[in-house]
Amino acid sequence: MKFTLDWLKEHLETTASAEEISKALTMIGLEVEGVESQGARLEKFVVAHVVSAEPHPNSDHLNVCKVDAGTGEMIDVVCGAPNCRTGLKSVFAFPGTYIPGKDFELKAGVVIRGTPSNGMLCSAAELELSEDHDGIIELPGDAPVGEKYVDYAGINGVVFDISITPNRGDATGVYGVARDLAAFGLGTLKKTDFSPVASTGKSPIAPLPHQFSADEPKAIRKFAGRYLKGIKNGPSPDWLQARLRAVGLRPINTVVDITNLVSLGWGRPLHAYDADKVEGEMVLRNARGEAFDALDNKIYTLDQSMTVIADDKGPLCLGGIMGGIRSGVTDETTNVFMECASWDPDLIAQTGRKTGIVSDARYRLERNVDPALTEPGMELATRLVLELCGGEAMEPAISGEDVFPNTVVEFPLSEVKRLTGLSVEPSEIDAILGHLGFAVEGSGPTRSVKVPSWRPDVTQKADLVEEVMRMVGVDNVPKEPLPRLNHVAPLMLTTIQNRRRLARRALAARGLDEAVTWSFISNAEATRFGGGTEDRQLANAIASDMTDMRPSLLPGLIAGARRNANRGFADVALFEVGQIFLSDKPEGQHTYASGVRTGTAGLNGAGRHWSGKAQAVTVWDAKADLAAVLDALGVDIEKVQVLPEAAAWSHPGRGGRVALGPKVTLGWFGELHPALAAELDIEGPVAAFEIDLDALPEPRKKATRTKPAIELSQFQPVSRDFAFVMDRGVSAASILKAARGADKGLIKDVGIFDVFEGAHVGEGKKSVAIEVTLQPKDRTLTDEEIDKVSAAVVAAVTKTTGGDLRK
Amino acid sequence: MSLQTQIEILRSELSTAIAASDSEAALDAVRVSALGKKGSVSALLATLGSMAPEDRKSAGPAINGLKNEVAALIETRSEALKGAALEARLKAETVDVTLPLKPAPTARGRIHPISQTIDEITAIFSDMGFSIAEGPDIETDYFNFTALNFPEGHPAREMHDTFFMKPGPDGVKKVLRTHTSPVQVRVMQKTNEKPAASYITPAMDPPIRVVMPGRTYRNDSDQTHTPMFHQVEGLVIDKNSHIGQLRWVLEEFLKAFFEVPSVTLRFRPSFFPFTEPSMEVDVQCDRSGSEVKIGEGKDWLEILGCGMVHPNVIRNAGLDPDVYQGFAWGIGIDRIAMLKYGMPDLRAFFDADQRWLDHYGFRPLDLPTLFGGLSS
Repeated sequence: MKFTLDWLKEHLETTASAEEISKALTMIGLEVEGVESQGARLEKFVVAHVVSAEPHPNSDHLNVCKVDAGTGEMIDVVCGAPNCRTGLKSVFAFPGTYIPGKDFELKAGVVIRGTPSNGMLCSAAELELSEDHDGIIELPGDAPVGEKYVDYAGINGVVFDISITPNRGDATGVYGVARDLAAFGLGTLKKTDFSPVASTGKSPIAPLPHQFSADEPKAIRKFAGRYLKGIKNGPSPDWLQARLRAVGLRPINTVVDITNLVSLGWGRPLHAYDADKVEGEMVLRNARGEAFDALDNKIYTLDQSMTVIADDKGPLCLGGIMGGIRSGVTDETTNVFMECASWDPDLIAQTGRKTGIVSDARYRLERNVDPALTEPGMELATRLVLELCGGEAMEPAISGEDVFPNTVVEFPLSEVKRLTGLSVEPSEIDAILGHLGFAVEGSGPTRSVKVPSWRPDVTQKADLVEEVMRMVGVDNVPKEPLPRLNHVAPLMLTTIQNRRRLARRALAARGLDEAVTWSFISNAEATRFGGGTEDRQLANAIASDMTDMRPSLLPGLIAGARRNANRGFADVALFEVGQIFLSDKPEGQHTYASGVRTGTAGLNGAGRHWSGKAQAVTVWDAKADLAAVLDALGVDIEKVQVLPEAAAWSHPGRGGRVALGPKVTLGWFGELHPALAAELDIEGPVAAFEIDLDALPEPRKKATRTKPAIELSQFQPVSRDFAFVMDRGVSAASILKAARGADKGLIKDVGIFDVFEGAHVGEGKKSVAIEVTLQPKDRTLTDEEIDKVSAAVVAAVTKTTGGDLRK
Repeated sequence: MSLQTQIEILRSELSTAIAASDSEAALDAVRVSALGKKGSVSALLATLGSMAPEDRKSAGPAINGLKNEVAALIETRSEALKGAALEARLKAETVDVTLPLKPAPTARGRIHPISQTIDEITAIFSDMGFSIAEGPDIETDYFNFTALNFPEGHPAREMHDTFFMKPGPDGVKKVLRTHTSPVQVRVMQKTNEKPAASYITPAMDPPIRVVMPGRTYRNDSDQTHTPMFHQVEGLVIDKNSHIGQLRWVLEEFLKAFFEVPSVTLRFRPSFFPFTEPSMEVDVQCDRSGSEVKIGEGKDWLEILGCGMVHPNVIRNAGLDPDVYQGFAWGIGIDRIAMLKYGMPDLRAFFDADQRWLDHYGFRPLDLPTLFGGLSS
């Protein structure tokens, strides 16, 4: 909310400087967002004398002027204003001056139709002082040439811009701000004359009937109207126009300007109707689906939850939000019906949201306007109209009742110390609350505090503590250390939190960069990666490619890789550890660790190097990354199942699933399916993996951390090599399993050291060579024993694989 | 020819041949030709048998002298040849050690500043006895608003540009959480129900000290706002936790986080529906240069919101606000990361630009700890 220092001083008797006031406002919770000198942006404009104005030789509407701007030299200026003439005093801008009304900086060296023009004579609109752009500003003949225009015109007020929190409806008027500052000790609040204005006759408009059925939402509480007869409307006086303009409002006519003055000045919105445009009876009722022509020149369709002021022809005003064009007050209006009404804040907020209308009235009424100001507000407006427009006031037309919460809080004074830690004397608490308008009763440890009508936000003890604290100053609350634990801190992280941390470090240590990508992706991407269902869609997405909660981290990572490629970096390794959404339920949220490598960005780094050829990433990179994360989390990939079951996003023959038993999938790895890569517009190859960190088994809760005793054999291990020829489709896992099972006591390890295919092993066949390591425990093995194990290995492998030993 | 002359000739011939041997094989050939069974020196030695004893007396040492001499020459030459061969091999094996290595994976992979900042925050609060709590991103309207004292239809709800989920068949209104504060309620609520998922922190009994980092969402996008961002919420609930302690906790945290000897904070009364009294906190800093310097200067920068947990929120959680009280605060993780590490543009956080990640990211082994320093 904006207001000027002068305006504040209308309500606050104070000697405080703008700086002191600004500081105080912030410290009492009315945060100052800006303090501006109103004239600051007009600093460069000066008073100038048009010494001569001659018609432009090449134009029928331009003048070529000699202007004296106090520099001692005559300045050539081309001016197109119709009122430009020899001898005129006006406002001049030198080249380089910013023209607010045009939003540009005046250039130097301008030539207009062959004539140089070194500056500009300005209209009021160009200075954003009014809407008047019919001609340049005309100043009196005694205006001092060369003086700053802001000094001459007295446009040098200070404008405060404060931010009002939603609980402080009472501070949406300058009067309420002044009341807070006075309570803080920065001056004395000046009382407003709200006394009734005498009536000269019966009101031609009767008190408005409330036409609502019992089950309807009814936004109106009390309606106070006043018929003002025989007024003379027109532009409002300069002081009023200047005041409104200073805070960014456009003056319209005296009556409308008065309603704005009261709204901004006292936080009490009003509405004025041209009484002669009302047809038939004025009533309060809910809308019936009518179209409503509002003052913002837009047409709204009103529904039955919205209260309107209507006549025989339909809605005149959307109650508490905005008036209608049909009964708008114009310069010609002579009879005014002035409304000051109190409304249900929640229903005003609801109507505001439904229509999307943002108005000064809604802003205030949905935050609660002091119900004690309904009739006084009407009287104040009446007085102002009679003062500025003449005319006479008819009897008030009042219907309905205001709602006063009349809250009384039983307030133990010890609450202040309990919640803040600050000791404040009871007398000081009484005084602070008293200054803020609270009626404090009693003298015991618990006071009865009656909340003033303008503070409905105060309902309980903690609210009163805040009132005391903001006046004392939070910075005066002494700091006190949080007591330290009397034991070593227990575990701070849960299993999943630790897993995320370890997975991140493990992947970064493998040369992948951690990305953080959006939780929402496009529907097409989500659908392609197993999501895209309605339960995971936003009702109000911010962009069409951010509509669905991601079912996988891969689309975001692939999109990231694509952006990098588009910037000229096609070899990237990215990972993310973050949440994915299998449904909209809390249990549908899992943490995945996923990564992609593109181009040549394998474990050993991307690009060409003297030490070897750059190699394209493959499924093995993906499997190794996945294994590294599992390893960091205590799971040996050799001890879980790796199945040749590619994920939907993967190349069907170059991807696998890692599982723990038939039900639990730990993750997937593979090369991105070429068709999907094309669809996602990324150049291959792309190696990717994803791990469901929530699927890993919970570590056993052990009573002891003891590890099993280690057996260190004194005897050297022995190894034997075997090569088998078998069908191409036989999995390595089955070979290893068979070989290991041949003699579980002696065989310590089985490794595959060669795999090849080719014509000489036969069509559809492959050769697999394994090395079997035997570890004797209590003696050196004899040749016979070794031969026996070897035979067992050969038998087991050939039986399982259907292959033959290569001789 | 006298024996003496014969020996001299042999000595001369053999020493020339030995010196001329340029390989172990050539040297061996010389050795065989001299000292082998049919060698010239061996042949001379064989003549000793047929000599008269007195001749043998003088000839024996002379011939054996030659033999030993030749053997020694061969040995010396052999050592020299071995040395030269080794030298040649070493020379041949010489590499240019200035050739650049392939950078190690640990030198390339980087941790995102957000993760690093969360680790830093975790390190600091673990020292104060806090634990980390979490809740879901897709939150019910109840936990995100109602339980936090945002009444239905209240203008306070409009302080948050909320993302709503499409209405589902269960009729439960769901939103993307607009702040991490719903986790407060989940942690505080009196319930014996187990959370729906293991990542969700179960309800606790006071005393409670938790920090709650996480993703948050608002329908807002410009230079300084992204529709997704990160917050860390803090909550202390006990029987006598008050604003004095809140001031201490925040000041100590910010000092430790920004790694400065002192910070000056300004507490301004403000409004949040879920705290009463509520405050916003500005940190004193120097904004005169291109980067913001915390701990010096004369400017103020808004950095967090906080307050005493609203009695209604405590009540909604099933606790008695006349017995239990406490404070809560919320900080933008992205924001303090930007401040600490001088990252100008929030939007770049979520772009996955490798150049940005490599520049602003952290080494995998840069583990923030209090004993080793938060940042290196």
